[in-house]
Amino acid sequence: MRPLSRRAALAALGASSAALALVGWSDSVSATVDEAAAEIAKFTGGKTATAGRIAIELPEVAENGNTVPLRITVESPMTAADYISDVLVVADGNPRPGVAAFKFTPMAGKADISTRMRLAATQNIIVVAKTGKGELFTARRQVTVTVGGCVG
Amino acid sequence: MAERPRIRLPKQAKKGEVIEIRTLLPHLMESGQRKGPDGKVFPRKIVNAFTCEFNGQLVFSATLEPAISANPYLQFSARVEESGTFRFAWTDDDGTVITADESITVT
Repeated sequence: MRPLSRRAALAALGASSAALALVGWSDSVSATVDEAAAEIAKFTGGKTATAGRIAIELPEVAENGNTVPLRITVESPMTAADYISDVLVVADGNPRPGVAAFKFTPMAGKADISTRMRLAATQNIIVVAKTGKGELFTARRQVTVTVGGCVG
Repeated sequence: MAERPRIRLPKQAKKGEVIEIRTLLPHLMESGQRKGPDGKVFPRKIVNAFTCEFNGQLVFSATLEPAISANPYLQFSARVEESGTFRFAWTDDDGTVITADESITVT
């Protein structure tokens, strides 16, 4: 962290969450939930995704919201005829819902991706996968965040 | 920001094998949400795109958002049918592209 010390960051976090509690945290959360839904609708083209085929690995409780490990595996033979082409990851409680969008070709062999993300608060991670034929699958997981990332 | 990326993949593989590739690029990934003591927001500066090609053909790519942690880490797979070279490329918000090559022998 540049000029922001850890102590100042934690103090700011405490102050801002107290302020948010006063102004009504639930309102700001639902706004992001809507934004997340809009992001997903853009990806699916408004079509409904079937639940399943996706495994999301996340810690039950993320102690440090600055770096939360995430692994996504989608069941697929990954052949030219049947493969996962796109995977969208959305977080519904961050300042902005987008996390990442991944593209695979059959050369990837597996639709399996790991990364680390920032989470501002306890929220849902929503994953939508698209096959080469345009089929859509989805899954979601809640993750509890003890100390949020994106501290400002 | 011209730090060297760190890449892990096997040097050798059998034809048709699915190998695991791990990459990490040292980068601050300034989210554009963080404020300094003067109350001003640090402008966003992240690595917004990543691609992995094998012998010129796309294997995997990613569009990254500010919600990706500093020092973006990506682990993914590739099916190798022949010997060749992987090319990895990271694109910064400022337009800089950092590339790295790794070769593999397939038997």
